[in-house]
Amino acid sequence: MSTSLKDPLGGPPALLMVPAVVAVLLLVVPLAAMVAATDWPGLPAQLRTEPLREALWLSILTSTIAVAFCLVLGLPLAWVLARLEFRGRTLLRALVTVPLVLPPVVAGVALRTAFGRTGVLGEPLLDLTGFGFPFTTWGVVLAHVFVSLPFVVISIEGAFRSADPEYDVAAATLGATRWTTFRRVTVPLALPGIAAGLVLGWARSLGEFGATITFNGNYPGVTQTMPNLIYVTRQSDEDAALALSLVMLIVSVGVLLALRDRWLGTPGART
Amino acid sequence: MTGLEVDLTVPGRVTAAFTAEPGSVLAIIGPNGAGKSTLVRALAGLLPAEGRAVVGGTDLLSIPARERQVGMVFQGQLLFPHLSAVDNVAFGPRSRGVPRADADRAAQAWLDRLGIGELAARRPQQLSGGQAQRVAIARALVSEPRLLLLDEPFTGLDVKVAMALRIELGRHLAAYDGVTLLVTHHALDALTIADHVLVLDEGEVAQIGTPSEVSQRPRTEHVARLVGLNVVREERTLTAFTPEAVAVSLDEPVGSPRLRWRGAVVDVSPHGDAVRVLVHATPDLIADVTPAAATELGLVPGREVWLSVKETAVRRYAIDPDPPGTVAP
Repeated sequence: MSTSLKDPLGGPPALLMVPAVVAVLLLVVPLAAMVAATDWPGLPAQLRTEPLREALWLSILTSTIAVAFCLVLGLPLAWVLARLEFRGRTLLRALVTVPLVLPPVVAGVALRTAFGRTGVLGEPLLDLTGFGFPFTTWGVVLAHVFVSLPFVVISIEGAFRSADPEYDVAAATLGATRWTTFRRVTVPLALPGIAAGLVLGWARSLGEFGATITFNGNYPGVTQTMPNLIYVTRQSDEDAALALSLVMLIVSVGVLLALRDRWLGTPGART
Repeated sequence: MTGLEVDLTVPGRVTAAFTAEPGSVLAIIGPNGAGKSTLVRALAGLLPAEGRAVVGGTDLLSIPARERQVGMVFQGQLLFPHLSAVDNVAFGPRSRGVPRADADRAAQAWLDRLGIGELAARRPQQLSGGQAQRVAIARALVSEPRLLLLDEPFTGLDVKVAMALRIELGRHLAAYDGVTLLVTHHALDALTIADHVLVLDEGEVAQIGTPSEVSQRPRTEHVARLVGLNVVREERTLTAFTPEAVAVSLDEPVGSPRLRWRGAVVDVSPHGDAVRVLVHATPDLIADVTPAAATELGLVPGREVWLSVKETAVRRYAIDPDPPGTVAP
């Protein structure tokens, strides 16, 4: 009966168990409360509204495009950080991770300063092409990329680092160029980590609120993503906000589970 | 195919000059940290080195690793875990621009030759140590390398598997017309497979010669220890004798006045059916005694003993005035 017999190291100390249980409650109770408080009979009607369909579609679209950009830009940057030795690498990594700790609203202000209609880059761009990022769907994508890219870069860099560089060495002795090695050895070995990084980036994009609303405002069908919609809806209709939030929860968890089965297994188990 | 002419330095780590005939196998032995792996990695282009390493008129040191066409079998194989055996072998040819179908065919042919053709579709983690080692050898040989480098190829394998693979590798190396460098810490590899043995010690060539020369006439105590012999230096003469020829006694031995030493036992360890005793004398010597004798004499570390060897059991030879580094034909 006594735990000390079952566990030769002794029972788990209360000083660890109590905070651990509190942590679980803190994470689970709000979500459970949200599920419990939902007006289930009224839910279908809530979900059929036009603003929700538009906002959900916009969120999924912009997050997916943003993650594609994160892949195209972040994969090479992660490789540079993981595999090249150069002066200032630590500084570069620090610069890349700043948006990770930056309050999203500040990110929005920074984006306005750079890409706003009178911004350092935004003004010449507007003069040259007539296109401006703010208050457009591309502006939403830009904000998403800005906040998600650091997550993607840091987690892919970690994946590259945990793929033994000796495999790169073996590939070189077999006559492979660095590009061939990257394509046929480094990336396949890091694939689970790359997928995890992209899922993380996608989830970060999907939930992005501060930078998006600061940089792009909140125009239905153009810049109104799900978090924006939930925020404005909550001011007038608490039940509707709850329903929308539930949709976000289901989408997030669903995507995470789907990708987990497909991509996040062990490298040896894939075929 | 042509031979290999090496005269290179990896600053602070290894300096070596030697030549090897086409089709020959040169074993590189030496204690840990002697620079064995450094030497082959420099030849493969994985470490910067000064000097030259010429094969067929090309100085390898002047071209990048991927253009050297050097086959390398790594310690621990380093097969790509995400590729099947046949894709691992075909990786080299495909990287060098051979069309996929041709590369696959060549890879399959090599796997067949090594007797693992039916395992072509398996991933490295589904192969035994010996099978994986065969794939690694096929991967190194499939591109017909100018030079074959084997870095401790039998390390980590089961003793029986290693023995079978040693014999098999010897056969394949006999068919390979380029130079093979085999890094090993195992004297047996050097003696069974190699035509010549190069002994590295503290980053320098201590001796180079045929396996029988090196094993019978080691030039330094280090070399002697590696091949399991005792050597005693007297001016320009070296005296070599086997550990079995050494008699151990507690009292001063009678007769044979010259060849006897007194010292303390440093280490006692099993060695085959015998017990190997390391004695700290001038110089350090090893003696093999029966387990019964070891018990009777009370051979434990710290025990003072006398060692002696009969005049008829030793081999004397002059220290070769030639510097090491040239392989005698």
